[in-house]
Amino acid sequence: MSQTNRIDGGLIDRARTLNFRFDGKTFQGHPGDTLASALLANGVRLMGRSFKYHRPRGPLTAGSEEPNALVELRTGARQEPNVRATVAELFDGLDARSQNHVGSLSRDWLAVNDLLSPFFAAGFYYKTFMWPKAFWEKLYEPMIRRAAGLGSLTKETDPDSYDKGFLHCDLLVIGAGPAGLSAALTAGRAGADVILADEDFVMGGRLNAETFAVGDMAPGDWAAQAVAELTSLPNVRLMPRTTVLGAFDHGIYGALERVSDHLAEPAPGKPRQTLWRIYTKRSILTAGAIERPIAFRNNDRPGIMLASALRSYANRWAAVPGKDVAIFTNNDDGHRTAADLLSKGVRVAAVIDSRLSEAPRTNRYEVVAGAQVVDSNGRLGVHSITVKLPGGDTRVIPCDALGVSGGWNPNVHLTCHQRGLPVWNEDIAAFVPGASLPQGMTVAGAANGAFSTAGALASGAGAAAAALGDLGIKAKPADLPQAEDDPIRITPLYHVPGKGRAWLDQQNDVTVKDVKLAHQEGYRSVEHLKRYTTLGMATDQGKTANIGGMAVMAEMTGKSIPETGTTIFRPPYTPVPIGAFAGRSAGKDFRPVRQTPSHSWAAEQGAVFVEVGMWLRAQWFPKKGETHWRQSVDREVLATRKSVGICDVTTLGKIDVQGTDAAEFLNKIYANAFAKLAVGKVRYGLMLREDGMAMDDGTTARLAEDHFVMTTTTANAVGVYRHMEFCRQCLWPDMDVQIISTTEAWAQYSVAGPNARKLLQKIVDPAFDISNEAFPYMGCGEITVCGGLRARLFRISFSGELAYEIAVPTRYGDALVRRMVEVGQEFDAIVYGTEALGVMRIEKGHAAGNELNGTTSALNLGMGGMVSKKKDSIGSTLSEREGMNREDALALVGFRPVNPSESFAAGCHFIAKGAEANAKNDQGYMTSVCFSPNLGYTIGLGFLKNGAARKGEVLRAVNPVQNAETLVEVVSAHFIDPEGERLRA
Amino acid sequence: MHDLAALTPLGAAAPRTDRVGAISVTEVTDRAIASVSTRNGKAKPFATAAKALFGIDLPAPGQSAAGPVWTLIWTGPDQWFAEAPFATHEDIAAIAKDALGDTASVTEQTDGWVRFDIEGPTAVDMMERLCPLPARRMKTGAASRSIIEHMGSLVICRAEGRHFSVIAPRSFAGSMHHALMASARSIA
Repeated sequence: MSQTNRIDGGLIDRARTLNFRFDGKTFQGHPGDTLASALLANGVRLMGRSFKYHRPRGPLTAGSEEPNALVELRTGARQEPNVRATVAELFDGLDARSQNHVGSLSRDWLAVNDLLSPFFAAGFYYKTFMWPKAFWEKLYEPMIRRAAGLGSLTKETDPDSYDKGFLHCDLLVIGAGPAGLSAALTAGRAGADVILADEDFVMGGRLNAETFAVGDMAPGDWAAQAVAELTSLPNVRLMPRTTVLGAFDHGIYGALERVSDHLAEPAPGKPRQTLWRIYTKRSILTAGAIERPIAFRNNDRPGIMLASALRSYANRWAAVPGKDVAIFTNNDDGHRTAADLLSKGVRVAAVIDSRLSEAPRTNRYEVVAGAQVVDSNGRLGVHSITVKLPGGDTRVIPCDALGVSGGWNPNVHLTCHQRGLPVWNEDIAAFVPGASLPQGMTVAGAANGAFSTAGALASGAGAAAAALGDLGIKAKPADLPQAEDDPIRITPLYHVPGKGRAWLDQQNDVTVKDVKLAHQEGYRSVEHLKRYTTLGMATDQGKTANIGGMAVMAEMTGKSIPETGTTIFRPPYTPVPIGAFAGRSAGKDFRPVRQTPSHSWAAEQGAVFVEVGMWLRAQWFPKKGETHWRQSVDREVLATRKSVGICDVTTLGKIDVQGTDAAEFLNKIYANAFAKLAVGKVRYGLMLREDGMAMDDGTTARLAEDHFVMTTTTANAVGVYRHMEFCRQCLWPDMDVQIISTTEAWAQYSVAGPNARKLLQKIVDPAFDISNEAFPYMGCGEITVCGGLRARLFRISFSGELAYEIAVPTRYGDALVRRMVEVGQEFDAIVYGTEALGVMRIEKGHAAGNELNGTTSALNLGMGGMVSKKKDSIGSTLSEREGMNREDALALVGFRPVNPSESFAAGCHFIAKGAEANAKNDQGYMTSVCFSPNLGYTIGLGFLKNGAARKGEVLRAVNPVQNAETLVEVVSAHFIDPEGERLRA
Repeated sequence: MHDLAALTPLGAAAPRTDRVGAISVTEVTDRAIASVSTRNGKAKPFATAAKALFGIDLPAPGQSAAGPVWTLIWTGPDQWFAEAPFATHEDIAAIAKDALGDTASVTEQTDGWVRFDIEGPTAVDMMERLCPLPARRMKTGAASRSIIEHMGSLVICRAEGRHFSVIAPRSFAGSMHHALMASARSIA
């Protein structure tokens, strides 16, 4: 028979029936149910096994604070572990499985851990698995992880997408219970931009779980009409299924909206969840309160839950865990549960009230005053409880559910995310928010200790009016209905003394004994207590556990609870999937990609691309029959040096520098002189950091007296631009200089090789003479190409060949490369990639990123003489430091293998022959290595102590990582055309 | 007249338009852009020359201003982007420099950027998923630099609540298009 424990009423839609599966068995529920409420309605109390001892557990709560009822939800790639059944909305076809057991849920083999519990007390792992050390990783840890853990991962890729977003408002109201609704009504009616967020799928908070009247309406009905009015206000944004997970700096809040979790799967294109960043001027925390349990022996059996949860299940979900209910309370609220259940036709076996004289008396049910529940019985669920009467006698009371009420804890979490500390309120025996709150936040309702409905409604409205008043928005507190305004009457009781294990933290299986043990072993601070016992860890972060633990510790140390203090509250308030933090930045879209102007053409050629920062650059262009990358690269290098090659160099940073002081500005930025560079000329420039080390290099062209175009390396384009903005704005604000990046505005190609000019003459318009005489090495100019397109031409060379760089507006870059390939056919022109580019620059001895690695100076690079002493420039002074000018300073030189058939790797260190290969004997290191197809052997560039004076010397290039070494000869870094004749041809 | 064919930032011969639900995302390629920066101490003559050239007042920080030919967008202290029709102003930097002379530094920016226009009644919902700007509160003409999916961008509100331009570095066109499509589908 299905839904045996379903009673009348509730906010569920009985007109529709939903089928779902739990542990392979099919059940029915209704829209409005959670998985937990539907299972309870079907008579299922046992929903999981505990973390450490594999004790049978059912739900303790009816909300997001749930420690026990964790399940694996969905199947296949969408399977998610550790889903709280108490907040998982029921949908048709839902498939959930209990977790953390071997064998079936009711016969878990690992329940043997429970019998062995004396061995598993707090600190057990630390003490036991210390020896032998090698066993930890291979044996102990996997074993423990198997036995003690939560749900499992499928390790399949998450098929869902996640979104991120940003919202702005005047007032963020966190929690839509009575206080939140009255705050939102007050602010919404005043016309303020309001966001009202609530983690639940139905707004109203406790109003949906109670029976007392609000005005002349049922509380749920009052909440529904308030929500309806708020929905009609265009300035109010209602965000159900949205958990505000953290309070961050300057009025910024994080919130997770579960967009599609209530569906079997998201609609096509829709995100599963959206992580919002909310910027708000003011916020009101109306997050309510969570009831706390009282610990006693075997207080963790399925069927034993918070009294308020019993009431929620009965009133909101029309479900009860049993038909014969007992209540254990230390305050008046427990009696409310008894009254509600009675009116629902549920038998109340007894209310055990730990207070003797203060316990309210009634003739509707039996009140056992001054008594305590000392034990419970039943294998997979509670069958009876043992009660210790005031006189000391015990009495066994049969029941199949027990509601426990130990008082309420305000949800102060978000008030503490900026390290605010809560303060103890003796009247309600609970922590309430302290004075130091996140910027712009006020707290109202139960979260602030105003537990009565009337108190919550009034404080919410008042807080909203005050917050808006701060913002200069006139708001009148909403007219509020009459509501329950009962005083809080509580006599604190956190745990029942006695033998056996009384559970404080059901998620982490921490007992009163564990806390006592921690104290015995010297752990006094609550933070140490937490780490030693795991109290308050894991997915529920101790929402139902912490105060009990602290109370026991306070008792042990003889201090008060406020003196003992709380552990630090940190975001997120409830668990957030990692996918939501990643948002759309998943898989190939983890980071954006930058494409060069010739990308489509290169892709058509079958180019192999390499990531350079975010850029995709063609690394080489394999031709038919080439099976190894070296074949392609060797061919590209040889063809370029023989005739002509083309390479996309758009990725190099281009910075447009203008202004009457532009030349003087560059003179300060670059170590070498720039002030007198002639218009129509290009110069190589080296810039230093303030500390005198090399920062970046490149060429700068002077297009006019007050107009330069600088190039930077691809990798440093952004950093150099930022550096120049800093210099311009902060160091020399009086200089007339304007800079802007033009990296992407121009498609730029290198055309290199003896036939470079001939090729270019076919596209440069005849009006422009680019002969060697008219356009010599290091010349530049604004020209037109292909019949009138504006272009820029620079005669510069990285390869060491006769070479140019030509730039056209980017939209024409694709057409230009196709045209150059076409007109270059008669010269056997090829297009080369970054690999050939690298080979040619090593052959020429040009430094690149491997050499400009942040640890090298101009002197190291063989460019010490470039640091002009006739002017001041950034880094010039500090480059004179003694330590940077030692006689045996590293110097950039070339290396070749003594035996040409041998090779070596970048990163090798140089060690003298016969010396031990250790740091003491280190002579320097290899930075760049390639196979030179022109020379027919491997060559390298590297930094060697006093290298310039050591040409001809033979050293060992030692590679301890790969256990290799090669004899190398120190040579000039300029392997090809050392005199530079080709450049000037 | 040269004979090189232009490609759009997304790599096609013609600009692309996508429609997802109530939203259209259009690659806009018919506007030329030049950056215009005031030279030190030339604010007054610059303002006069700019008014003469553009026909509109220079917009304040966080704003843009549209005239019949030119649109100006504030992009930084003493710096604006000037937009004009590409067909008539392809050589926009030369046109602007001629008129502004030594009161300003002018740089061609047309092909440095990809512009996508997002239009539709749910444009704000889409913008909220893309960038931290308060899109819902942006009035017509509001303009700001922002970040969209790690890409530094310019966001301009062309018509309050329903039309925004997103201008990002051109090499990012494909990634930006992907980001826009993903958020368009998520609100469709």
